[in-house]
Amino acid sequence: MRGRRRVERLFEGVGQFVIRWLQYTGEVVLLLAETIRQLKRPPRMRHVFGQMAHLGADSLPIVGLTLLFTGMVMTLQIAHEFIRFGAQSTIGGVITIAIGRELGPVLVGVVAAGRVGSAITAEISTMKVTEQIDALRVMATSPIGYLIVPRMIACMAMVPMLTVFGDVIGILGGWLIATGWSGISSYLYWNSITNFVVVHDITGGLVKAAVFGMFIAVLGCYCGLKAPAGAEGVGVATTRSVVSAIIVIFIMNCFLSLILYK
Amino acid sequence: MIELKHVDKSFGEKRVLKGVSFRVEDGETLALIGGSGSGKSTLLRLMIGLDRPTAGEIWIDGTEITRLAEDELDEVRLSMGMVFQYSALFDSMTVGDNVAFGLREHTDFSEEKIQDIVREKLSLVGLPDAEDMMPGELSGGMKKRVSLARALAFGPSIIFYDEPDSGLDPVMTRKIDDLIVATQEKLGVTSIVVTHDMESACLVANRIAMLYEGEIIAMEKTEDFRRLKDLRVREFLGSFAIE
Repeated sequence: MRGRRRVERLFEGVGQFVIRWLQYTGEVVLLLAETIRQLKRPPRMRHVFGQMAHLGADSLPIVGLTLLFTGMVMTLQIAHEFIRFGAQSTIGGVITIAIGRELGPVLVGVVAAGRVGSAITAEISTMKVTEQIDALRVMATSPIGYLIVPRMIACMAMVPMLTVFGDVIGILGGWLIATGWSGISSYLYWNSITNFVVVHDITGGLVKAAVFGMFIAVLGCYCGLKAPAGAEGVGVATTRSVVSAIIVIFIMNCFLSLILYK
Repeated sequence: MIELKHVDKSFGEKRVLKGVSFRVEDGETLALIGGSGSGKSTLLRLMIGLDRPTAGEIWIDGTEITRLAEDELDEVRLSMGMVFQYSALFDSMTVGDNVAFGLREHTDFSEEKIQDIVREKLSLVGLPDAEDMMPGELSGGMKKRVSLARALAFGPSIIFYDEPDSGLDPVMTRKIDDLIVATQEKLGVTSIVVTHDMESACLVANRIAMLYEGEIIAMEKTEDFRRLKDLRVREFLGSFAIE
């Protein structure tokens, strides 16, 4: 009897989780659809540029640091093995493809989710608990058009730009270790890049970055708009936004890789 | 004119409003009183379209708003203004930008004309020099006045006040009440004031309605309301009751 109750509880728990997850996903998709619908109207470009400066420019140092050390440590790990198999002439290309296709967009996406997504959620949830979102609606201004559209456009532009910057820094980090530590010549490193890398390796990564930027903005805004009341609610919403965005980035990255690099 | 017909609102199993009906004529000021949790703020949110009723109709100047799409509702909202309980000023903008917000969003007025209107409305609420201040630099009473200036900027025919005196000292409370009366007299707007402060209600309103457990249990002209014998009303009136 007790065993049967335990199984029932397990199924109940799984069922509730699935329902919550479906509801959450459905609401995010609806918000995304409404945001895209609002793009029919010309966006407030002053707000878009303001958000780009606010959300993007300040992320440059942390993106640079993250990709610099990622490029360095990756080269450190693979250079020894590649030299052992006589494949040192491919190191620059391999590092660039790895960073351009996967590591650049994903790491920049994760950094942006932590820095930009959390900032968006904190700002919007504070506006919600202080009735500023209601004030916008009362003044016949759509919070989606006024708040979400400029943030989404800014993120979709800035995350790819940050990715370009991160890619360059990551490749330079690889070059530093390849030439300074592993004894590979500069010529060999850069030559392997021109031999192996095609434009699509980089542009595909930038498409991913734009998609990640879109989800970071929409999830950040969604969590802000759904923030529970009170100061604690702002903290809860911010954590939820960052965790959701990181999970979505990893899942979307897998599907986008399958589509873009099949 | 505002008219509510059999308005119901439920949150899950909880029925917050039960068949609320009343009518507010043009230029009238109605005070909506009631204890905490009686449904006053919910009713206000329904009237301005921030929430939808579970049943019933809400008519604003001849338009039934409960079934309107958000875009259509925005058209109706242009004729309404609201002073929020905690002011709800945009904290990233100056006072002047807060007041100018609706004008910049919905009109083609030149910046010069907008600035003239901002100065006029800020003078009307007694804050002619606050234009460049940030909301964080203002006291509670000043925020309420800026909120009123923002609500007035677009020239609304209806103004809703949600607990305009909450969190203010008695002196500032009277100043805000005087401002509500002066606004009504100067501009002839229709006003609904949600409050639990009887003194304010008696001072600003032509009529008073009392919500009790989601129902309107009394609605009379201010003097008549104070004479009502209903125990629930008398308990709320306290020293403001007239024998």
